[in-house]
Amino acid sequence: MTDIVELKKVNKVFGTNHVVSDLDLSVKEGEFLTLLGSSGCGKTTTLRMVAGFEEPTSGSIMVEGEAVGNKEPFERNVNTVFQSYALFPHMTIYDNIAYGLKMKKVKKSDIAQRVGEMLEMVQLQGYENRYPTQLSGGQKQRVAIARALINRPRVLLLDEPLGALDMKLRKQMQLELKRLQKKLNITFIYVTHDQEEAMTMSDRIGIMHDGILDQLGTPSEIYEHPATRFVATFIGETNIFDGAIHRIDKSIASVDIENGLISGQSDGSFDVGEYIAVSVRPEKMKLSKAPVEGFSLEGVVKDFIYIGSVMKCIVALQNGNEIRMERLAGEVLPGIGEKVYPYWDAQSAVLIHTKADTVFKTIENAPLAV
Amino acid sequence: MKKSKHEWKSNGLPALVTVGPVAVILVFLVVLPLMYVAVMSFCSIDSYYNVVYKFTLRNYAQLADPDYIHIYLQSILIALLTTVICVLVAYPFAYLIARTKSRNKNLLYMLVIIPFWTNSLIRIYGWRTFLGTNGWLNNALIKLHMISEPLDMLFNRGTTVLGMVYCLIPFMVLPLYSSFEKLDVNLLEASADLGATKLKTLKEIIIPLTADGIFSGCIMIFIPCLGYFFVSDILGGGNADVIGNLIERQFQSGNNWPLGSALSIILIIITLLLVKAYQKIGGSMESLAL
Repeated sequence: MTDIVELKKVNKVFGTNHVVSDLDLSVKEGEFLTLLGSSGCGKTTTLRMVAGFEEPTSGSIMVEGEAVGNKEPFERNVNTVFQSYALFPHMTIYDNIAYGLKMKKVKKSDIAQRVGEMLEMVQLQGYENRYPTQLSGGQKQRVAIARALINRPRVLLLDEPLGALDMKLRKQMQLELKRLQKKLNITFIYVTHDQEEAMTMSDRIGIMHDGILDQLGTPSEIYEHPATRFVATFIGETNIFDGAIHRIDKSIASVDIENGLISGQSDGSFDVGEYIAVSVRPEKMKLSKAPVEGFSLEGVVKDFIYIGSVMKCIVALQNGNEIRMERLAGEVLPGIGEKVYPYWDAQSAVLIHTKADTVFKTIENAPLAV
Repeated sequence: MKKSKHEWKSNGLPALVTVGPVAVILVFLVVLPLMYVAVMSFCSIDSYYNVVYKFTLRNYAQLADPDYIHIYLQSILIALLTTVICVLVAYPFAYLIARTKSRNKNLLYMLVIIPFWTNSLIRIYGWRTFLGTNGWLNNALIKLHMISEPLDMLFNRGTTVLGMVYCLIPFMVLPLYSSFEKLDVNLLEASADLGATKLKTLKEIIIPLTADGIFSGCIMIFIPCLGYFFVSDILGGGNADVIGNLIERQFQSGNNWPLGSALSIILIIITLLLVKAYQKIGGSMESLAL
């Protein structure tokens, strides 16, 4: 698969606001890639730069192998679906969808046929003569998609298109969009702040944070092997332990934390003495009635939260921190107030390089004034 | 009988108290004077210029005088020219203000508002001084050796139109600005995304969506133009009279209030017809309330 969109060292600065920092991103042809992050992380700005509505302050953007730089939006083979749909209120649905073709001076008879095909694809046959104000949110959404896809772009950019829809409709549209993407074999670049949406629909997810791409990978890579502390805490729930590596035995690392020792799996990129974070997902957490070798965590069961399909258990550790454990409802669990010894399979814990390491090492190595 | 809060709106004392004072003012300051003018238009004058209160249609007959017809057509021409020029000048300017960010935006906006604070009569006199044979512009051009004799710029229709445009252009900028503010930037981006050049976007998206601003601006320019006699007087010198001049003359030098009243009634009727036409083509009455 070739890279259909490539961003190299892209930066975008608005005044004093460094919105996108040194972004390197390659989008494979035919994939569903999602940029995920909270508000202000730079994901929408990145999308707009690919679309042509913003120009990068520095760096290059290539679409289909050509540097697009300052090409106008209409000169690129990409189309955008806006968060607010941006349907033209003074035109009928037919004219809205046909707009792109009209601009390309396609023959009227061809336009009629292709608009018909689009309406059928998004299941809005019969709505040609209505106006956008007469449509519901979900219907407007589908018109926006039809209006973009009728131009047969190689890449479709979607900016939080499902944000304004209610939960049930959202889930429905997520599946429809995914199905559409697979069927048409178009590359989708999707922007959202909803991690569940990203995990459901994407082939790969790029998590952005403060203008930086923290990690790019498949949903399972991101969930099981988060590369940064932010990714670990942003996706799903997790327990984070900060500490320093005490010893590495083959690929099992023993980590020194405030409460004692814990174990985690090293991928080889870690050194003894390095300051790291250890991430353990609640469903990988185990509780034992007796101390476990390699772990010196001790705690008291504090509370249970029942979600229906799962039961969450909150345990208070010696230093007051809380950890969460998750089990399928129905399993036998210790009672409130019972003393437990948390542990886990070393392979289930992920070691994460943190900035703290750089900070601490700098402090350690700083020369003392003589 | 106990009245619940929900019955408030439809009956009784509260309605009277809130609407009453306004209604009284409207009656005394608008309705009664208008009725007086209407009655006067059917009267005539005697040789001593006193009003004779006897029903006659001679005033309305006199309105069909060819000299008067010439003035009507001239008024319409001047008003049309003024309106068209105002649209062409104000449109890009309003677009610019709407698209500028923060600080500069207020500055540009003030440029339009400040003239409202100055007396328009004085400003028109200013133009006369500026453009006169011994005025600033001619003197400057002669000093720069661009012309050898002063240009005759005053006392024609062109200068009158210039004066009208100068006075009335804020009334075009403001509704247009309001229209542009309401224009969703995403629509322009979507249009560009779908393959439209800037010109096509202007034609297909921007103009249709600001049409209501253009309409209400046009009405607010065209109607006053017909009555702006002081601009015609000062800059037109009698060569660019509009209906307003005719009316003014009858009430001032002509001493013929009945004829002046008839002209006024005609002007009011023309105004109402224009507003009705505006409504018919879909103009919004709220934007006129500016």
